[in-house]
Amino acid sequence: MLALQILIDGFAISTLYALGALGFTLIFGVSGVLNLAHGGLLVVSAMAAWYVGTALGANAWVSAGVGIGAGLAVTLVTYGAVVRPVQRSRAIPGAERELFVLTATLLWGVMLQELLDYWFSDTPVAVKPLLSGTVNFLGVRTPINEFLTAAIAWAVMGLLWLLVNRTDIGKRLRATAINPRALTLLGFDLERIYLVAWLIYGLLAGIAGVLIGSFLGSGSSYIAGLTGSAFTIVVLGGLGSVSGTLIAAYVVGYIETLTAYLISPALREVPALLLLIAVMYVRPQGLLGKR
Amino acid sequence: MQAFKTRNILILAAILAILVILPFGAGSYVLGVLTTAFYFAVFAMSWDLLFGYAGEVNFGPTFLIGLGAYGAGIGNALLGMPLPIAVLFGTAAAVIGGVALAIPALKLSGPYLGLITLVAVLLLQQAIVIFAGVSGGEIGLSVPSVLSISSKINYAYALIFMIISGAILLTIARSSLGMILQAAGQDRVAAAALGFDVTRHKILAFAVSAFFSGLAGALLVFYLGTASVNAVVDLAIGIRVIIAAVMGGRRTIIGGAIGAIFLIVAAELLRPLGQLSSFVVALMALGVIMFFPDGLLGMIAARRRS
Repeated sequence: MLALQILIDGFAISTLYALGALGFTLIFGVSGVLNLAHGGLLVVSAMAAWYVGTALGANAWVSAGVGIGAGLAVTLVTYGAVVRPVQRSRAIPGAERELFVLTATLLWGVMLQELLDYWFSDTPVAVKPLLSGTVNFLGVRTPINEFLTAAIAWAVMGLLWLLVNRTDIGKRLRATAINPRALTLLGFDLERIYLVAWLIYGLLAGIAGVLIGSFLGSGSSYIAGLTGSAFTIVVLGGLGSVSGTLIAAYVVGYIETLTAYLISPALREVPALLLLIAVMYVRPQGLLGKR
Repeated sequence: MQAFKTRNILILAAILAILVILPFGAGSYVLGVLTTAFYFAVFAMSWDLLFGYAGEVNFGPTFLIGLGAYGAGIGNALLGMPLPIAVLFGTAAAVIGGVALAIPALKLSGPYLGLITLVAVLLLQQAIVIFAGVSGGEIGLSVPSVLSISSKINYAYALIFMIISGAILLTIARSSLGMILQAAGQDRVAAAALGFDVTRHKILAFAVSAFFSGLAGALLVFYLGTASVNAVVDLAIGIRVIIAAVMGGRRTIIGGAIGAIFLIVAAELLRPLGQLSSFVVALMALGVIMFFPDGLLGMIAARRRS
């Protein structure tokens, strides 16, 4: 019975980790940006959904929609007001641009956290579940919302796969990841492709933020942990590799669930961090990274 | 150029003179704020040696600071070491931690090393919580010894410590070691081809940075009277150290001290804003990074030139 419980919980958590990390890896792959405000984007979406759903008493689906909208908006602000000015600044030497993007997004994440603290205090909240009630699944009582969450996450990932692999927009995104200069020479407007990538990232962050918020809860104190786990999963899988990210998300999700159930919930994060260090020593490019 | 340098030294001397005279006029609250700022200044200067000169992305300055602080705290509170020995013990723990961080740094760079250093902080934090019996866990570890109960003497210790550490770090950064670190940071292969032992120099840079971070962390514990995750290990503290160094001006060492003092004093002045004060400080730091990437020192230098 415990084995089945671990299987179900681990699957739900891993799926959410995968969805949360996917946007992070996409924006790194396409534009080379490591966004250290990532957790902030997820939490802003969750807090918006919670506020509309709980404080204003709106329907769960409406509040989820508002949360996704908030996630999209704050992602576009991140790009327009923080990342793009740093990328285009002439005062910053080209070799150090990546470091400045890291520092600037780190600061932006701190600012988001402080603002959320100021408006909503740092007490964790739970986003209204989309469906309430539990089902008896092979003898394990599981909230219906847990299944719905995993199903939505997989549907979104499936749509993303179609978008990236089967459409013209996807072709451009993939080409930008390989050689942005060649694309410019062929007459494509890189700015527009980057904007599309950030739009997709914003939607992914919004959906992931709301779903994580309804499953694990959310709050300004979660920001650093969410950024850290996305960063860990993406590096473990290989920076920029989508299938690597998926595999790493399930590895980390299941290791954490196993530790929490079998050893102690307090040690939840430790084995995955040790695994990350071990992988970095043996295979610095990650499980499926090329480099 | 020569006159420009002399003028800089004169300004620096004037600032130091004000800091030396201050205890005779200011209240103990102001002195307390500055004392913390001086320890922070050492954190930021040691971080700048690694980042500004060696080009190593270290997101975990608090791993080294925390090792120094908790090493000293455990030495004093549990092993019964007298204060000076406990400080040395903590510093040694930090240096060992620094060399341990240098090993992945030889293989990894950029964001990969950044993540490893971040993970080092998280693991240290977890270890402190897990071994709560030894470390005091989330409550913190109180130490029986204190540096001094007089705010003026504490201020003097911190000021002297900051000046000596700054002078040594600046000398190291300007020496051939600093030059080789910069060369290796920009092009490792070329530096090695010129016959420099890059590996040895990098390990040395990590050890020196860890030495000063750990020593400052250990002294801070005996100023505060307690070692706690919130004061010396938390990621937020590490972020503040990084912001201070980048805001003051990278690759200057002194910039780290200016940034740290600026940040802590600004946070105090903005205290009436309540919770929003940290937001405003982060906003100012973001503004400096975006519009004056060379930091406060770079801003001054640019105004001089025009």
